[in-house]
Amino acid sequence: MWVYEKKLQYPVRVSKCDPRMARYLIEQYGGADGELAAALRYLNQRYTIPDKVIGLLTDIGTEEFAHLEMIATMVYKLTKDATVEQLKEAGLGDHYANHDKALFYNNAAGVPWTAAYIQAKGDPIADLYEDIAAEEKARATYQWLIDMTDDVDLQDSLKFLREREVVHSQRFREAVEILKAEQGKKTFY
Amino acid sequence: MSEQYRVYAPFIGPFDPCPPIKLKYYSTPPQLFLGFQPQNLPQFSPYEALAKGTLWPALFSPYEPKNS
Amino acid sequence: MTKQLDADYYKLLHALQAVDFVLVELNLYLDTHPNDSKAIEQYNTFAKKRKELVQQYETAYGPLMHFGHSYSRHPWEWKEAPWPWQV
Repeated sequence: MWVYEKKLQYPVRVSKCDPRMARYLIEQYGGADGELAAALRYLNQRYTIPDKVIGLLTDIGTEEFAHLEMIATMVYKLTKDATVEQLKEAGLGDHYANHDKALFYNNAAGVPWTAAYIQAKGDPIADLYEDIAAEEKARATYQWLIDMTDDVDLQDSLKFLREREVVHSQRFREAVEILKAEQGKKTFY
Repeated sequence: MSEQYRVYAPFIGPFDPCPPIKLKYYSTPPQLFLGFQPQNLPQFSPYEALAKGTLWPALFSPYEPKNS
Repeated sequence: MTKQLDADYYKLLHALQAVDFVLVELNLYLDTHPNDSKAIEQYNTFAKKRKELVQQYETAYGPLMHFGHSYSRHPWEWKEAPWPWQV
């Protein structure tokens, strides 16, 4: 079971009215390497991986939902008071035609999220290597998003999210080492 | 923590249409080098950790936007 | 009933976010370092600190959690704005 906490993991401030940026940020909401894909990937892999690393997948998967909520907050703030005209100018006319200002799980190009973005191979090493790759790809996406805005407050929240990818990648790399360790042998950790 | 990026100089062709970017950069953050995290590494204070996105300076990876 | 989002609100929220962040970091670390007793001790110390901060926060601004993890006054407070993306 999951419980909800009525607060963000990290404060999200947006100081520039820039609906175009919302359109780019959606990549991390419903894109291939976005937070939804990450959360669902890790939580789903838990059922067929050695017990030793289930806790880590549970905790990182759960944290990804907190990041999903941060991205949603950015998009919400960036579009909340925009006029239809501003949305059209920002390239969000196609989105408006279908969704008004509702958020939707699609990427920056408007392609809807699909389970084909995630894998579940059932092989622990293959799955963890996918997770490491996913974290590095999400880190790269955050870099390009940081490059695309000059709003220092928005950059600040995006830098936090980028750093979390670094830490998650580190933990998944350690999980691989744990699964590599010889049976019955006390290792270095 | 020094130099969390690498540089390369792409080949510049005589017919490249745009003014060449002579040097290109890519990130090489600390998780590529740390190995299994040792115990008792120095920590940031709680507020600093939140601001940085990690509790451990050894895992901190600064990123500056390309246009700055 | 509209809650006052004064400077104190943001200060307390920030304090809670900082302590909770240390707990997330230690939690992930301990998932791969289950024998680090110093880290476990720090985790428990921060878990206690978080309880105190949560009590302070909830007294002033209402429940942080649902499903019985927080108490409620009358009338039912959980459904009240603001939600995290609104502040």
